[in-house]
Amino acid sequence: MTETAARTPDTGGSAEQARASLDRRRFVGYVLGGATLVTAADMTLGRAKSRLGLGGAAHAAIPSAPQIPELYDLEDLQTDAALPTSQLITVTIDERGHANFEFPRAEVGQGIITSTMMILAEELDLPMKKIHVTLAPARPELLMNQLTGGSNTTVSTFTPVRVAAAVARQQLLEAAAARLGGDVTRLTTIAGTVVDAAGNTLSYGELSADAASQVVKQVTVQLRPPSSYRVIGTGQRREDARAAVTGKKDFTLDLDVPGALPTMVCRPPDHRGTPVRLRNEREILRMPGVTHVAQIPTGIAVRAKTFGHCIDAIRAMDVEWEPGPIAGKSDDTILEELERAELPMAVPNVPILAEQIDTKFEFMFRSSAALEPYCAIADVREDGAEIWAGLKVPILCQENIALELGMLPNQVKVNVITSGGSFGHKLFSDHAIEAARISRAMGVPVKLMWHRADEPRQGRLHPMATSRVRATMLADQVLSFEQRHTSVVTDFSHGLGEIITSTLDEAPTEVGRFVGGFSFAQTIFTLTQELPYNMGVITQLLNETNQDFSTGSMRNIYSPDTCVAAELTIDQIGAKMGKDPLEIRRELVRNDRVRAALEAVAKRGNWGRKMPKGTAQGIALHKEYKGCTAVLVEIDCRPATVNRRIPNAVTGPRVTKAVIAVDAGLVINPMGLEAQMQGGFMDGMALTLTSSCHLEDGKFLEASWDNYFYTRQWNVPFDLDVIVMDPDTEQPGGAGEAAVGSSAAAIACAYARATGKLPTRFPINHDTVSFKPKTFIPPIPPSPRNGLKNR
Amino acid sequence: MAKHSFIVNGERVTVKVDKDVRLLWVLRDILGVTGPKYGCGINVCKACTSHVNGKAVNPCAIPVGDLRPDDEVTTIEGLADTVGKDLHPMQEAWIDRDVAQCGYCQPGQIMAAVDLVNRVRAENRAITDRDLDSIRNICRCGTYTRIREAIVQGARKM
Repeated sequence: MTETAARTPDTGGSAEQARASLDRRRFVGYVLGGATLVTAADMTLGRAKSRLGLGGAAHAAIPSAPQIPELYDLEDLQTDAALPTSQLITVTIDERGHANFEFPRAEVGQGIITSTMMILAEELDLPMKKIHVTLAPARPELLMNQLTGGSNTTVSTFTPVRVAAAVARQQLLEAAAARLGGDVTRLTTIAGTVVDAAGNTLSYGELSADAASQVVKQVTVQLRPPSSYRVIGTGQRREDARAAVTGKKDFTLDLDVPGALPTMVCRPPDHRGTPVRLRNEREILRMPGVTHVAQIPTGIAVRAKTFGHCIDAIRAMDVEWEPGPIAGKSDDTILEELERAELPMAVPNVPILAEQIDTKFEFMFRSSAALEPYCAIADVREDGAEIWAGLKVPILCQENIALELGMLPNQVKVNVITSGGSFGHKLFSDHAIEAARISRAMGVPVKLMWHRADEPRQGRLHPMATSRVRATMLADQVLSFEQRHTSVVTDFSHGLGEIITSTLDEAPTEVGRFVGGFSFAQTIFTLTQELPYNMGVITQLLNETNQDFSTGSMRNIYSPDTCVAAELTIDQIGAKMGKDPLEIRRELVRNDRVRAALEAVAKRGNWGRKMPKGTAQGIALHKEYKGCTAVLVEIDCRPATVNRRIPNAVTGPRVTKAVIAVDAGLVINPMGLEAQMQGGFMDGMALTLTSSCHLEDGKFLEASWDNYFYTRQWNVPFDLDVIVMDPDTEQPGGAGEAAVGSSAAAIACAYARATGKLPTRFPINHDTVSFKPKTFIPPIPPSPRNGLKNR
Repeated sequence: MAKHSFIVNGERVTVKVDKDVRLLWVLRDILGVTGPKYGCGINVCKACTSHVNGKAVNPCAIPVGDLRPDDEVTTIEGLADTVGKDLHPMQEAWIDRDVAQCGYCQPGQIMAAVDLVNRVRAENRAITDRDLDSIRNICRCGTYTRIREAIVQGARKM
């Protein structure tokens, strides 16, 4: 019976508080009609709202008015968009007593299958091994409730999943009461069985048929209070850990779909160039292993016995190409375009008495490609099509493929496969649409894979951008902080996951701006940008230019760039006032939870310790995703370190130590959260120090991992420490992207202090092209032959 | 088109394919051994790292015709068998440290890690930061810190 006691809602505090706490956890759900127990949540009848509240503003700094994301942010938009369809997401208890849940989100390595199993285990009182979470195929009826992005999965699904589980458990208890006799309040659940006071037990499996309802039934349930959590908040290893380390975890390219032979595409030398014709088709068709060749809008596709045969065929193709829309343009051309699109500052630049700091930072193009390249399997027939791919927005994929093939959406089945990483890469369905086109053109199933060289050259990019800041100060006070972000257009044509919001974004930027006041990009920018500081009048504005690039939301979207610009400028403000980076932040920070994270890294990281010349510490903050992160790093910029030699590698400054404090609200899986912080840090470090794409004459020079310098072991800090904050809230925050901006910024700040020079272009190594660009025609490099000797 | 015979994970295989086709495609597209992953095809990302006669190599850069009949290819699927257990100590360490995120690079990371420990051990010394820095395998999820921890932990049981 201690079980029941432990599960009783907490009654600490006043009766009123307890009542409010109970009300917050009371929800309506459904038992759906059928032979097995199927339950769902109804989130349209209100939900708990909890914001990362203000507090602790009693400082000398001039308070800033709340910014929009403090009142309503991108998390709220995505969560609200998912609410009306929450009752379509169901939990089923089968006759074995196992729970089955088809999750309308994409697992791309962020660990949401494991964390969702934990949430179900908690509310159902069922061991993890009896819970099966699989990825749902595209379900158009879910409308805006099948997009994975914005670090929103747990924020938007935490409550609906718990409500559906709580309804199931309640039904099982009632079925048990009917069988055992007596009152339901005298029953409890332990690990998948219902137990009564006399010690009689019935398993969920025995009860599942009884618990089912012949008709749809609306019920009210009470969710468990956080004080009783036994699974949520404990570190759990990934459910697929063993499969991943034994080679048994299947990705799209590992699936064996009958007849789907390896297929690749010969792509143009220019970014977004187009094919005119293949001049030697007969010769290619005669090559070993080749079965089909087809021209598609993005290039010339070839299908063969192995991918090796495809590579050989592509290298032998003689193709006439049309230039791309940015033919002849280079980095400098685009930087000039950005300069022409800059928005003015509001405060004039010669204020009386006051002092001003003006900064401008440039951020180069970057590739969002994951290690698993774009790949998809397509089997297009006369009367229908089936697709297998890693997709974060499967409904829109289905709708677009149906349009492309002249079919109805329900004739196209889109299977969502666990991805080998995303980072924004899988928000678009480029790979799936291309595979469908090829399969239709060839009349056979295809397994499409992009060559690595295709990714930085033709794949999705984080747009080039500049960020300008003007801070106006009088004596020791910041009167205003204006940030103007100017960016190559970010493609948000995935909208909120279906075709209506997608169409809105596809209206030309100029139209969007005049018709709606804001384009979708403006909405995203406005709902994500927030500076957690008291700096008088704060304004952060976006202007976009040039729609000719293939872009998308790379992990953390605008924030890595805006955060680097803002945090470097805050260090400058501090310097002008004679305050070190920690002191100035302590003075300006205007939120208790952000302050707690700042103090945590300062203490753990031993801020201010004496360090040798050429090395330094840096510290930075970022607030987003209903939480915040603080990062402290130490960097070594001494010549012996910077000039260390590793073949085909960028070495440069080395971050030797990092401490990250993360406040992600209520934490489901601290182990998964720590992993996301580490990974976010590696991304932020690459953005500041090493990774970018160079545009030259309409082409991107990078073609593989020996050109595109994502973080490698020789860049990794020797010491990386993650502190998980406990903010005492019932609201989970987002984790997947939270560490990128603050890590990028802390490293930039440390670099500036170690070298005594303010870096203004990122990554800092961009001006040196340290590799010989690989071949453009043919567009992919030869496969090496010396693998037995060159290890 | 010639016949090529060699050993994969303890079993003799014979494939009829052009001698120039790289081992990665023979394993994946013909034999259905999908543990080794494609990440670049030019021996820089190391996602396909496997062992030939106990030493780490990259099948994307080996023409199948270069293999001799007695060559033993070990992929991640066959690693545990080399120690006669369900899991190799390095795989156990990987699970214990919960290293994998998306998991795509991890078969190659583990095969590279086992090779690194073997080489360091042959030199009769302990693993250093410099050794760990020398690993070229990319992990785009950024699991590098846990990889370092797992290698040190796995080496103790090897």
